[in-house]
Amino acid sequence: MDWLVEFPAMSRSSLTAIKKTIDLGFRDFTRAYGDAFETALSPVKWFMFWMEDLLTDSPWILVLLAITAIAYVASRSVKIAASVAVILLLVGYFGMWEDTMSTIAMTVVATLLAIVVGIPIGILMARSDRIQAIFNPILDVMQTMPSFVYLVPVIMLLGIGRVPGLIAVMVYAIPPIIRLTNLGIRLVDKDVLEAADAFGSSSWQRLKNVQMPLALPTIMAGVNQTIMMALAMVVVAAMIGVPGLGLGILRSINNQYFTLGMFNGLAIVGIAIIFDRVSQAYGKRLQKHLEVVHG
Amino acid sequence: MADQEEGIGISIRKLYKIFGSDPAAYVDLVKQGMTKTELNEKHNHVLGLKDINIEMPGGAIQVVMGLSGSGKSTLIRHINRLIDPTAGEVIVGDDDVVKMNEKELREFRRHKTAMVFQKFALLPHRTVMENTVYGLELQGVPRKKQEEEAQRWITRVGLEGFEDNYPNQLSGGMQQRVGLARALTNDAPILLMDEAFSALDPLIRMDMQSVLLDLQKEIRKTIVFITHDLDEALRLGERIAILRDGEVVQQGTKQEIVLKPADEYISNFVREVNRGRVITVDMVMNPVEGEPSGPKIKTGAVLETAAKKMTEQSVSQAVVIDENGMPIGALDIQDVISAMVTPVDHTMVDDEAA
Ligand SMILES: Nc1ncnc2c1ncn2[C@@H]1O[C@H](COP(=O)(O)OP(=O)(O)OP(=O)(O)O)[C@@H](O)[C@H]1O
Ligand SMILES: [Mg+2]
Repeated sequence: MDWLVEFPAMSRSSLTAIKKTIDLGFRDFTRAYGDAFETALSPVKWFMFWMEDLLTDSPWILVLLAITAIAYVASRSVKIAASVAVILLLVGYFGMWEDTMSTIAMTVVATLLAIVVGIPIGILMARSDRIQAIFNPILDVMQTMPSFVYLVPVIMLLGIGRVPGLIAVMVYAIPPIIRLTNLGIRLVDKDVLEAADAFGSSSWQRLKNVQMPLALPTIMAGVNQTIMMALAMVVVAAMIGVPGLGLGILRSINNQYFTLGMFNGLAIVGIAIIFDRVSQAYGKRLQKHLEVVHG
Repeated sequence: MADQEEGIGISIRKLYKIFGSDPAAYVDLVKQGMTKTELNEKHNHVLGLKDINIEMPGGAIQVVMGLSGSGKSTLIRHINRLIDPTAGEVIVGDDDVVKMNEKELREFRRHKTAMVFQKFALLPHRTVMENTVYGLELQGVPRKKQEEEAQRWITRVGLEGFEDNYPNQLSGGMQQRVGLARALTNDAPILLMDEAFSALDPLIRMDMQSVLLDLQKEIRKTIVFITHDLDEALRLGERIAILRDGEVVQQGTKQEIVLKPADEYISNFVREVNRGRVITVDMVMNPVEGEPSGPKIKTGAVLETAAKKMTEQSVSQAVVIDENGMPIGALDIQDVISAMVTPVDHTMVDDEAA
């Protein structure tokens, strides 16, 4: 009657065997392909460093002007551009300029990477119910899996540093953009697609001329969520060697520096606000043609 | 292109369409006579079209009429294969549309057909101009030529000055005209028009009907025109087919439909028609006997014209002449008037109604 009291788990030895097999298998895999992955990711690495250098090494005033200008061009709102400038000034004044720039660089690169990888996957999902049925559960798992778990295979594969951190962030933050690309394309009005077909669109033309432009506002909502998730990963990424605001927070946890933690945290909130407002305003602007003037 | 001068004929043969998860399984049952209701109740499939056979001669306007849900939109979508049939053939010119592969179908749609949609189906993120050039853009016509051509039709449908507006900024009627301009700009030999004028007010509607008829005088296109409105059908249609529950209940020239409605469904349709303006003298004339007397009336004239001429001259007899002035029939005012007020064959139906 033992099994009533204690859960009849598999024997300790077979459990160990399973774990061992998988771990060893993965280790062999990383030994065999780790270098190949690193080579494949070298453009990403280069881009990441380039972006970080650009933001941290350029004169701060130019960077500030550039970011404010981008915010204005994207949102066409003086108010949003002005708040961006104020947030950046405050962050710099409190001594976190460099860390903030690192974090912005990491977020931008991770988001771009997520877009480049996520949108094609979303398009594939929208084209076939089969592929959608395969990807949906994977995305569900990805979104509920604690973010720390991502770190393990990434470290095994790529070691410690900016690129592994970036990949972990990207993997963690990619689900919304995939989901919303899929959703956006699936929501495109059937009548409009039919008209595009009736005039003889090829499937690439219907994607380029109709589905993508009409799905764009939805995709932008996905980009927005992806950015927010990437920012949420900043501290976790710091654990495997991504510099920036996350590192400050880690240090404050280890040494119980309340104020340091608070400052860095607020700086992340500031960046989040910048990204959120600008990308939302941009998304709204993309929907201009949908404003109903007549019935 | 020889094609364009004569127009491309469309021939729909033994066409069946069943909507549902496994349509092919039920074609035979439908062929054996299962009705739409039965199919729906027992097998949960919708019978869209049943044994459609229509010959549409090239360069003519074929009107398709029927009540809501009778399958008109389903039928017209088979011509450019926006819907795949469950069984049957759609022969356009010399090709069976059903057998085309993807590439052939795309070329066919680009160069041979243009369509106006019941729900407009404009691209909401493109301006009026950008919508109008869409067909030519896909054909790969140079941009400047696209815009010239589009501008001509935008002006013709009365939307000059709205080129840069988005569809959502226009009224329903205006959007429909954008759809019309988009189709006409494509300059295809076949025009598919699904209730293309239904959202227009009467004046603009008349104007657009004239556009179509004028166009038809210049370049003879093969036009399939769907409408709810009998007056519109009679104004535009050389030939009319009437659908009911996915079946053709009658087809023929407009005179045939008005004069000899096949059943009560169609009688109800044609009851309110001004027969005097539809029926031609040829339909009611008698063979020439002896020396014909009275005013001369050209073949193809409608009864109203004949009656007017005869009453003006206070005569009860007239002669119908052909293009060369040769007498081909005799008219009696009695026959003319009775054809104008009562249907020739369906007196019963009208008596009941009275
Ligand atoms: N995709 C579909 N799935 C199931 N049934 C369909 C589908 N499309 C059309 N039908 C059915 O086919 C029939 C004909 O529809 P259709 O749209 O052709 O009618 P219509 O004559 O154009 O009507 P209206 O005048 O209202 O436009 C209807 O009973 C409709 O429910
Ligand atoms: Mg319809």
